[in-house]
Amino acid sequence: MPIITAKTAQPTYDVVIVGSGAGGGQMAMTLTLAGLKCVMLEAGRAYDPATETPMFQRPDQAPLRGVGTPEKNFGFYDATVDGGWQVPNEPYTQGSDDPARKFWWWRARMLGGRTNHWGRISLRNGPYDFKPHSRDGLGFDWPIGYEDVEPYYTKVEQLIGVYGTNEGRENTPDSPEGVLLPAPKGRAAELLVQKHAKTVGVPVMPIHRAVLTRALDADTIPAKLFPGNEWAQKIVADSMRRRGACFWATPCGRGCSIGANYQSTTVHLPPALATGNLDILPNAHAREVLLGADGKANGVLFVDKTTGNEERVRGRIVILAASSGETVRILLNSKSASFPNGLANSSGKVGKYVMDTVGTSLVGQIPKLENVPSHNEDGAGGSHFYSPWWLYKEQLAGKLGFARGYHIEMGGSRDMPGGWNPLPDDLGQGAYGTKFKEAARRYYGSFVYLSCRGEMIPNEDSFAELDPVVKDKWGTPVIRWNWKFSEHELRQADHAQDTFTAIFSAMGGTVRRAKPKTGTEIEPGGKIIHEVGGALMGADAKRSVVNGWNQTWDVKNLFLVDASPFPSNSDKNPTLTIMALAWRTGDYIVDQAKKGNI
Amino acid sequence: MPTHDLPAPFDSGLPERMPDPAIRLPRRTVLKWFAAAAAASQVAGCLDRSGPGGLAPITAPGYGTDPLLTRVYKAGDAWPLTLTMAERTASVALADFIMPADAYGPAASKLRVVDFIDEWVSAPYPGQVNDRKIIVPGLAWLESESRRRYGAAFATLSAAQMDGICADICFEKNATAPFKVGARFFSVFRGLTAGAYYSTPAGWKAIGYEGNVPLPKFDGPPPAVLAMLEVEQTVK
Repeated sequence: MPIITAKTAQPTYDVVIVGSGAGGGQMAMTLTLAGLKCVMLEAGRAYDPATETPMFQRPDQAPLRGVGTPEKNFGFYDATVDGGWQVPNEPYTQGSDDPARKFWWWRARMLGGRTNHWGRISLRNGPYDFKPHSRDGLGFDWPIGYEDVEPYYTKVEQLIGVYGTNEGRENTPDSPEGVLLPAPKGRAAELLVQKHAKTVGVPVMPIHRAVLTRALDADTIPAKLFPGNEWAQKIVADSMRRRGACFWATPCGRGCSIGANYQSTTVHLPPALATGNLDILPNAHAREVLLGADGKANGVLFVDKTTGNEERVRGRIVILAASSGETVRILLNSKSASFPNGLANSSGKVGKYVMDTVGTSLVGQIPKLENVPSHNEDGAGGSHFYSPWWLYKEQLAGKLGFARGYHIEMGGSRDMPGGWNPLPDDLGQGAYGTKFKEAARRYYGSFVYLSCRGEMIPNEDSFAELDPVVKDKWGTPVIRWNWKFSEHELRQADHAQDTFTAIFSAMGGTVRRAKPKTGTEIEPGGKIIHEVGGALMGADAKRSVVNGWNQTWDVKNLFLVDASPFPSNSDKNPTLTIMALAWRTGDYIVDQAKKGNI
Repeated sequence: MPTHDLPAPFDSGLPERMPDPAIRLPRRTVLKWFAAAAAASQVAGCLDRSGPGGLAPITAPGYGTDPLLTRVYKAGDAWPLTLTMAERTASVALADFIMPADAYGPAASKLRVVDFIDEWVSAPYPGQVNDRKIIVPGLAWLESESRRRYGAAFATLSAAQMDGICADICFEKNATAPFKVGARFFSVFRGLTAGAYYSTPAGWKAIGYEGNVPLPKFDGPPPAVLAMLEVEQTVK
């Protein structure tokens, strides 16, 4: 693999890509298959899922039985390197001491970034999600619509492999026939939720996740993705053939050594590298986009973390895909005479309108799920079912008191035990000895988790800026977060809590804690790790940062292909949309480069 | 760059002549050992670490933000273990009383649960450091309670005698004032014991987890489970 160092980098490239996750990975693949020479800067180390993934390791083979610690927040086996809520040597700060106004920023310092551990939930935005302001007068419309992105959703789904079903629901798009992979069978708890949630009006159906429930059809898909480019088709087909189908074991959060789910490191980067057109430069933390006298970006200044030295890499086009927070940071740190307030920031909108997903959850204990005969429910290493938002009409009619919807993610509890006590004291009632083991077996698998994942409306109080004082280890100013949820999000979380309680009640179960105070149950900003916004996409150069091609208004050879351009953050998880827009932008760049426009 | 460095092999400090204190010791060994330890320390409750040189803070570093994930770790690999011989001996006895050998599976000691407890209370992270402040004094409390009631070390008690103590501390909610501290300890200790026990293949069998094995296909719950739950498989 051409993993390079600052010393071995070429003097210049066609394109410099900052970031190796969903946006950077897709961009690298699209551009290198079109013949462009690219260099990819990654702030963390190189990472190889084939050799580094703990596929069948048990909790009793890990320190502390694998439970989360301040050094591995999501557990020992989580596929996060040098990351989590805090990253050594790379602080971030808060604009307020109020815990409710704090933003939690999850970062990973590894090739592939957060795609190595993500939940693989891959939902398309629907038509409403691109025009939210037109629908209810709040937030911003995108300058593009569902019809612009639809072909790329289809291409991405075919490339990465997404399981699920077409259900024909409002604002929850179907995929073209034959695109989705078969949905996995429902698990016991999921089927029970499905049956009883229906009685309280909540539909439950297969979720869409980027996991190969069967091998991809490498004989036909590449020709659909890269028509007329036989060279690209062959490379993509070879890469597809190397990915194995899911063997129904080990959680996806560990990553996947056989490539049965999507992570940039197993899906996007191997074919991009196989073109011979990609150099990957790890431990290279981008600090500034370099601007030429012609007003065009001509490279990136970065800190080589192996030496601490400042280095430069040159290119004719610059792509930022560093995550919303990090992309904002790079732009604001790229100050020049022509851009004293940060690059591409003539609108003053860089850093504004950061969003996360509304999160809240509830656990229920369901007697009907006690003492269920033991059986294997590992399944596809994540959810099989979910509830898409089901109250569009009621909401539009103003009956709900909050403007945007949420979907429900769910899970049973017959997953791999270890580390934590499976029998809460109140259920064990003091049991020890064989009685304890009896009770542990009785209650194992009887807990059901319901989680709200809802849309947040962008607001003036939620933004990222440079901290005027604090710098990281290498002297680069860090991000200071500012955060506030509006009544729409707080009421949405309350609604979700009431819905969950009703579902558990319909199942004959009980919730595991008392009803919380109104407006208190929302997870803090950033906790769902759906950080989007900060470089608003719009139709007006004076009031937005990028146009409908993810191209900055101010610097026409600078593109942002992480979630920073998102003008809204629908309840649908952002990753699939990041990839679709990155591919679309990549095609645009290739076209414009051919025409000599950039 | 990742080095995956681990601390140098750790000297447990245990005298080599002592049997492995992760497993249940024969009663006569424990009696002999406690007699020797008591004579050496000149105190009756030789688990008491409240005095000078008592409960030492944990100073070892953690495993870092980039540990090697694919190796097999044993307790003591990531940081030194810190429980004393006496504490481990009492822990083995209590863990086995909580998780005995029975039709569900082996005793806790067979699964080296005490190694996990020792690793846990020796870890440098805040959550574990808090539990250390409950577990180590709790073991001392258990020992002194055992001596107060029965004039003998906890590890040497009969099942009926152990039951006498555990019945008073097994449920925090119902524990009377003199037993509140013991009950807090018992709750945390039982939780750690169960967390360790059920993280092993034998524990998986005991609780009814089947998984972590590759399958050619996923069929969902078997018919008997669907029938019991009165649901149908809706994904064809």
